[in-house]
Amino acid sequence: MADIQTQKKQKEYEKYVKKVTPVHSLPLNMARAFLVGGLICVLGQWIMNVCQNMGMDRQMAGAWTSGTLILLSVLLTGLNIYPKLAKFGGAGTLVPITGFANSVAASAIEFQKEGQVMGIGCKIFTIAGPVILFGIISSWILGVGYWLLKMVGVV
Amino acid sequence: MCVAEQAVGRQSIQFQNPVSIISGAAIVGKKEGEGPLGEAFDMVGDDPMFGTNSWEEAESTLQKETAGLAIAKAGLQKWQIRMIYAGDLLAQSVASSFGIADYQIPVYGLYGACSTMGEALSLGAMAVAGGYAQYVLSITSSHFGSAEKEFRFPLSYGNQRPLSATWTVTGSGACVLGRSGGQAQIAGLTTGKIVDYGLKDSMNMGACMAPAACDTIYQNFMDFNRMPEDYDQIVTGDLGKIGQNILWDLLLEKGYDIRKCHTDCGLEIYDGEKQDTHAGGSGCGCAASVFVSYVLPKIRSGEWKRVLFVPTGALLSKVTFNEGKSVPGIAHGVIVEQKEEGGKS
Amino acid sequence: MSYFHAFWVGGLICALVQILLDRTKLMPGRVMVLLVCSGAILSAAGLYRPLVEFAGAGASVPLLGFGHLLWEGIRKAIDESGFIGLFMGGFTSSAVGISAALIFSYLASLMFKPKMKG
Repeated sequence: MADIQTQKKQKEYEKYVKKVTPVHSLPLNMARAFLVGGLICVLGQWIMNVCQNMGMDRQMAGAWTSGTLILLSVLLTGLNIYPKLAKFGGAGTLVPITGFANSVAASAIEFQKEGQVMGIGCKIFTIAGPVILFGIISSWILGVGYWLLKMVGVV
Repeated sequence: MCVAEQAVGRQSIQFQNPVSIISGAAIVGKKEGEGPLGEAFDMVGDDPMFGTNSWEEAESTLQKETAGLAIAKAGLQKWQIRMIYAGDLLAQSVASSFGIADYQIPVYGLYGACSTMGEALSLGAMAVAGGYAQYVLSITSSHFGSAEKEFRFPLSYGNQRPLSATWTVTGSGACVLGRSGGQAQIAGLTTGKIVDYGLKDSMNMGACMAPAACDTIYQNFMDFNRMPEDYDQIVTGDLGKIGQNILWDLLLEKGYDIRKCHTDCGLEIYDGEKQDTHAGGSGCGCAASVFVSYVLPKIRSGEWKRVLFVPTGALLSKVTFNEGKSVPGIAHGVIVEQKEEGGKS
Repeated sequence: MSYFHAFWVGGLICALVQILLDRTKLMPGRVMVLLVCSGAILSAAGLYRPLVEFAGAGASVPLLGFGHLLWEGIRKAIDESGFIGLFMGGFTSSAVGISAALIFSYLASLMFKPKMKG
């Protein structure tokens, strides 16, 4: 265990490093994220509108929208275009569902050399696995709360 | 032969008979070939896979070709090499194992992260100086693809790299060391300690390694009773822009100003502005290839007569990083001098 | 009008997340987890449904919307099937997203080779 003196020194060094390390311009990056993320959402809205005009209900249209965006993102990942888009757009490409698809596709493509099962099979979830796990867990916990409230008749 | 005491100071060795660097070879990838040192490398591979099927195989091929080239340039046959000191960044150093297996030369596999070339040159020089070998080969390699896949993200994953991040060099550098030949020699060593300032940011390796570089350089000054001016150049491994500034500050605090005679392999290999590599280059192959293709030629030409070559490494693994451990650094100092009589080659 | 609201709401969410990426040490993987969990919580609190009504794809395409979808699925399943619904709803509602990502990515791994970055 580091004693107090060392800890103090480490803190100081960390502070000093933070001072001398340049960072990206935040407003510029935010503007790019806004633009790229916004455009991906507009594309999603367009697909949704087309689907709804074809007579689908909202849920069906939403499913078609996700599916189409995911397909598009996987293709752009395979063609090595999505990383370039992400380099420009940052969070704008990470936050939409396309970012999730990119993380799945990139892992699958990268680890194919390690085999079908141990390579693609295991590693396909490297980045996306936690998203699915904690999505399911958090909604389950909320669900338990809802179920209990329902039992006692609050909702 | 009577062996005299060659250890000096606390961490250094001064060879009674300096060890010759007979030849050097470096092969790099396309991006490195497009950098400022592009012309200086022996070969530039346009195919990032080097004709193989995976990043790991590509790195092995890279190392194999470089080893062969260095041996050929020394005018030797492979059986004349008594042993190889080899290392890379991959887990269990597989790039080296699979790369040089075919040569059937005795091998010591090393790991010192990006400082491995310093380790390989140090141990190789000791073996030659100790009379255990007439010729040894020191070699390291790194590959952007294999490193990125192992330590960061799949290559087609979209992310933004912070400005403090470095770009792993696709490349390999090798030197044949021996008792005579060549125009450069290893005159002494300063073996580095593991130095940990508690930093945890794996995207700012320069800052993690700078304290180790400072420690080794300072110790070198102490052990040999030298000043920065005694070196024509101090060349660190892969600190990058941020690490370089930190190193300068840390050494200034100790009373040494190396700003006039310092450069960093990570800064030489890429044009940071044009090639979008951010803080600079890194990886075992960075220090090795820049040493062979930039430092050695300057020593041969006499532009630099004495250089302190200090490859730096960040000793972390994915597991220690995930477990929230800090990133300790290490740096090994190798004193390289021009041979006085010019030497036969 | 639907495009305009989708654009600025979606863009704004991304721009805010950019702050997390640039000013904290959070890796992208953690940010994605954070978004999905927050989406589920916001949705359970009844805040996300109105946003989706207002911004359409601007709210449903970001990963927050994925969390929202998970919660809506769970709630519906509980309403319909009681306790066991807790174990049905999540995957049912996210089925298209997860299946599409896995299936297309698997196919992509057969079609594409790993490539060098930029």
